[in-house]
Amino acid sequence: MSKAGKPSKKKSKAKAKEEKIKEAKPSVKEIVEKISEPYEVVSKVLSEVKDIPSEFVDEVRKKLINDYIFKNLTEDQLRSEALELKEKAMRVLKVVEPAKDILPEALYYELVNSLFKACQKYEVRDEELIIIRDDAIRTYLSSMVDPGEPVGTVAAQSIGEPGTQMTLRTFHFAGVRELNVTLGLPRLIELVDAKRVPDTPMMEIHLDEEHKYDKSKAVEIARKIEMTVLENVTSSADIDLTEMRLIITLDPEMLEDKGLTRDEIIKALAKGKTLAGRVHPSEDDPNVIYVDLPKNYNDVLKAQKFRDRLLKIKLKGVKGIKKVIPQERTDPETGRKYYVLITDGSNLEAVLKIEGINPSKVRTNSIHEIETILGIEAAREALIREIKNTLNEQGLDVDIRHVMLLADMMTRSGTVKQIGRHGVVGEKPSVLARAAFEVTVKNLFDASIRGEVDNMRGIAENVIIGQIAPIGTALVELKMNPAKIKSVIKEVERGE
Amino acid sequence: MVEEKEIKGIKFGILNPDTIRKMSVTAIVTSDVYDENGMPVEGGVMDPRLGVIEPGQKCETCGNTLATCPGHFGHLDLARPVIHIGFVKHIHDILRATCRKCGRLKIPEEDIDRYLNLLKRLEDRWPQLAISLTEYVKRKAMKALECPHCGEKQYPIRLEKPTTFIEEGPLGKLWPTTIREWLLRVPERHLKVMGFDPEVAHPAWAVITVLPVPPIAVRPSILLEAGIRSEDDLTHKLVDIIRTNEKLREAINSGAPEAIIEDLWELLQYHITTYIDNEVPGLPPAKRRSGAPLRTLAQRLKGKEGRFRNNLSGKRVEFSARTVISPDPYLSINEVGVPLEVAMTLTVPVRVTSWNIDEVRKYVLNGPFKYPGANYVIDPNGRRLDLRFIKDLRAVAEGLKPGYIVERHLIDGDIVLFNRQPSLHRMSIMGHIVKVLPGRTFRLHLAVCPPYNADFDGDEMNLHVPQTVEAMSEAKTLLLVQEHILSPRYGGPIIGGIQDYISGAYLLSSKTSLLTMEQVSDLLASINYEGEIPEPAILSPKKGWLGKQIISLLIPEGFNFSKEAKISSGHLKCSNEECFWDSYLVIKKGKLLLGVLDKNAIGAQQPESMLHFLIREYGTDFGREFMDRAFRLFLRFIEMRGFTMAIDDILIPEQAYREIMEVYDKAKAKVDELLRLYREGKLEITPGRTLEESLELKILEVLSKARDEAGDIAAKYLDPFNNVFIMAKTGARGSSLNITQMAAMLGQQSIRGERITRGYRDRTLPFFKKGDVGPEARGFVPSSFARGLTPVEAFFHAAGGREGLVDTAVRTSQSGYMQRRLINSLLDLVVEYDGSVRSAYGEVVQLAYGEDYVDPKNTSFGKAINADRIVEKHIGWK
Repeated sequence: MSKAGKPSKKKSKAKAKEEKIKEAKPSVKEIVEKISEPYEVVSKVLSEVKDIPSEFVDEVRKKLINDYIFKNLTEDQLRSEALELKEKAMRVLKVVEPAKDILPEALYYELVNSLFKACQKYEVRDEELIIIRDDAIRTYLSSMVDPGEPVGTVAAQSIGEPGTQMTLRTFHFAGVRELNVTLGLPRLIELVDAKRVPDTPMMEIHLDEEHKYDKSKAVEIARKIEMTVLENVTSSADIDLTEMRLIITLDPEMLEDKGLTRDEIIKALAKGKTLAGRVHPSEDDPNVIYVDLPKNYNDVLKAQKFRDRLLKIKLKGVKGIKKVIPQERTDPETGRKYYVLITDGSNLEAVLKIEGINPSKVRTNSIHEIETILGIEAAREALIREIKNTLNEQGLDVDIRHVMLLADMMTRSGTVKQIGRHGVVGEKPSVLARAAFEVTVKNLFDASIRGEVDNMRGIAENVIIGQIAPIGTALVELKMNPAKIKSVIKEVERGE
Repeated sequence: MVEEKEIKGIKFGILNPDTIRKMSVTAIVTSDVYDENGMPVEGGVMDPRLGVIEPGQKCETCGNTLATCPGHFGHLDLARPVIHIGFVKHIHDILRATCRKCGRLKIPEEDIDRYLNLLKRLEDRWPQLAISLTEYVKRKAMKALECPHCGEKQYPIRLEKPTTFIEEGPLGKLWPTTIREWLLRVPERHLKVMGFDPEVAHPAWAVITVLPVPPIAVRPSILLEAGIRSEDDLTHKLVDIIRTNEKLREAINSGAPEAIIEDLWELLQYHITTYIDNEVPGLPPAKRRSGAPLRTLAQRLKGKEGRFRNNLSGKRVEFSARTVISPDPYLSINEVGVPLEVAMTLTVPVRVTSWNIDEVRKYVLNGPFKYPGANYVIDPNGRRLDLRFIKDLRAVAEGLKPGYIVERHLIDGDIVLFNRQPSLHRMSIMGHIVKVLPGRTFRLHLAVCPPYNADFDGDEMNLHVPQTVEAMSEAKTLLLVQEHILSPRYGGPIIGGIQDYISGAYLLSSKTSLLTMEQVSDLLASINYEGEIPEPAILSPKKGWLGKQIISLLIPEGFNFSKEAKISSGHLKCSNEECFWDSYLVIKKGKLLLGVLDKNAIGAQQPESMLHFLIREYGTDFGREFMDRAFRLFLRFIEMRGFTMAIDDILIPEQAYREIMEVYDKAKAKVDELLRLYREGKLEITPGRTLEESLELKILEVLSKARDEAGDIAAKYLDPFNNVFIMAKTGARGSSLNITQMAAMLGQQSIRGERITRGYRDRTLPFFKKGDVGPEARGFVPSSFARGLTPVEAFFHAAGGREGLVDTAVRTSQSGYMQRRLINSLLDLVVEYDGSVRSAYGEVVQLAYGEDYVDPKNTSFGKAINADRIVEKHIGWK
């Protein structure tokens, strides 16, 4: 009775509130009209002033709307301003156009935008635009890597060196107080180790438009995902050897929390073959279930084992996901609140199939799961993000290029390879390089009985035998044709 | 001139018994080592034909002396063959994969052909796959219960570790003789499919019949002080082997019972196994008389102290020096101060030419004991003259001719490599220009401390002198400190202002610095400024210059820059040019117009700072010069003004203390309230946490808030422009937390992120009541450093501090290993001429380095071009 009464009360309260707001403030419709008015005016102006370069339309619109609201410009004034802006934009584009083929796309647009902004701020002459354009091109071209640069070593050092400054503390609250997440050095090591299962598997599940904004709907999905075992909803489980049955008393509070009923539990339990037909509800108590013991389970020890196994049976949810916590977030653009589910445990494959989530925005920290379900490119991307996040979280700046190189090295063979003797190093073609790293003796014995050849092409091998390794300035080889030299010498001699 | 040769490849294999005999200079036949006179016995393990061991001797085999004789192998014929411990696994595989009767691989002939073809194709391109294929073939053959060739029934073969093979069939225990015959029966083609190369490594050779005895140079004996010889571990082991071998042979020849022969055979197997590897699981390691396990062949190669990592991948070097470092702000960042003593020991080889002969003669004339002199002269024949023992230096100097090489002392201007361990990144070894100085320490500029991670609390550093012109020129163009100002880890300067440089820059550039003519002259003289002195900012009553004017003299004329300063926070916040607080830096056309220089402008490890863009846009030569001059200027100014941190800077009045205590009392009351709620079970539980955890979290929250409030109170009463605050605000040193801890309240001490709970049962220390979980009993310190800590507080503080020390110790080993693996995995990667990244073995890893070909070092915080910056650079003056 009381249960049924509660929600309706709440609802009525909420309604009352809404009505109050309505009285005090203009209606939603009015607000919308008021808000969209500048937008419409500006759109009208923009449609008259045609051919504003597409790169700048948004920028111009923003500025005009601003001016309309804060400077109270008339439509005509807006129009002339739009024309002026258009002229500036065209000028910028005309001058900077030649850089388009040289600069990477993102940089080009950034440059164009900066210039456009500068043009609005100051009087900029064409010559100055040209100087800036040329300087940008020159800067870009001169910032390219030099051939022979030992980028691998630099990347390894850039990622390894800050490791000494990282915290060792395994656990940290990553925004969510309720969950522990492995961070810092242990997480970094785990990533380069390509461990199959992370220390603390975790997922971040975004919901679809329907469920995103409503807490109760988000919780509903959370319940669907969270794995519930019998133990979670049981307050006691006693063995009754006289009747040869287990007496399982359910916890009504937990039942409500998990969104389960007794009948559902009985159904879920009876699904298993061994339990079919053995589960009965109690007639006297709505919270009690009887489970008959199999015949040969007649002593206490065996019965206890049976009980322990029974309590671990999954009633609902996704396997491996121990806890789901809905978290409130605010959309930085619209300011609207929405809910995201954070989970303890990860099971990408099963979660993707759940209805009500946004499958394109599911995140897991298990690289291995991403590799098997989404493929190697996704795994590479995930590796880059996870490593970068781990470093950033510790306040360490490492250029993304180093992390990309590391991830590429780990994934280039098509599967995620560990950084170490069971992965990248272990598969080097050079015997000496492998022997110098780890398991020296085994590598040498294996190499000798197979008759392996070390071609002395890598860095480690050449260091070992005392030759100059083909990297850096030594990458340059001088090719000489002795016959030609002879003829040159002869020519010189003849000349004298 | 010796012909230069390049090693193009190394082929690994097993020595053929015939080859062992052929390369042997003598058979080793006796276990005696020395005779009664102490001379080595012929045919013993120290046979003189195995190579020279004492200086002055001539080798009986090759006629060379100690320096040139490479040593020679002998050999030992074994009475019965034994298994080589390193190949047990492979032998086991072959025994299981081949027929016990005909020796053929237990796979039908046509399949073998197919696999052979496949293998040949795989070998070149996919060596890793080729290995997998051979494994697959072997596994497949092992499954056959019957030989597909001769139909013989097969039995499982068990390996009883370490070296015993047992057939669970009629043969029973397989002795090495049987195994050897079996292996010889396997056709070569079949061995190839299994991944073996019978030409260089026939598996039958893995059963040892002849043991090579290594030259004495490999196992030198050492002469102890008492005149007693102490033999190498390997020699001991060899003697054991020979002795057992003799006994075994005698037993066989005298027709001893089979059981005795077998026992001796097993013993021989044990000795040879431990001779090769003394750490075989399941075998007791051979021990020295002292009880320490012997270091035999495998142990010599293995691990960090093994041949590979200690002698091959890394080597000890000559021409190096090591001593304590100390600071010298009057050096250039490119320089290193070298003690005279070091400069007179380390040498640079100079080839005498007709252009430098006069100069070089002077060095030789000065000799090794007068600086700048020379230590050695090498004539064109390669003879080395030690000038220490030359009486007539004049004659040597006269005798110099082009073609001689003089090893002269280190002089100012030489390039050397300077290094501090741990060498975690390439900036740990940089090229410096020598500046010979009196004293006994290496001197370096303070701004290069961050890349080396050096301080002067007793740190030592190493110095290396490159010995060839190629090395010197590479060091000058690639390794010089100025080429490493910009870090490749992130796009930004790793070398820059630190500590007093930042305080000095702030003080000089702040609005309050008004300088007299004398001060301006002093400052400009300190940087050897030779230009005009600008118009004074104030003419009357006395000419006065602003610090900003002086700084402007160092900034190039066309430079435009604007950025928020570090001090721009709180009520000093400014984010554009209209700044009352002087916290927004504006430089237009090389003039510092507004704002102060602090960490955000000149700090080390600050990307997109004024310093960064100066270096990026004006080059490293300019960058070095700017830093040398500007930093010297800042330091001169801070010396002039005086800068110190005194107890007054952190002492707060009694009133403030009372306020802090009030805050603390309130916090205590709140904690008590929480505890009450907890005991009554009314405490709100944080979802996903237990009741206790929720309580702890809430207590921590309350207490940390209390400390913050205490800090705010202290800040309210302290002069916001006292020296400590200047350091914290400008980013020179310390943080507001440090000030809080010094002046107001130390706060909660923690171990593993929790309040301190360890100690006695139900309490941390015996002065507390059992079960007391209040703030003080759990490591909260309400005192400040300025007021002093009570003994109990000091104890908790020490406990928290200890955790930090342990943490660091553990972390270094973990991150060290991770770095070693990273380096070993990535070291072969190189950018090719087409901008792709490939391994040394030709595998493409990236088609475009970093997806845009850009070197992170040349970026501004990751971006190849910073569009806003380029616009500002050219028209920022508007």
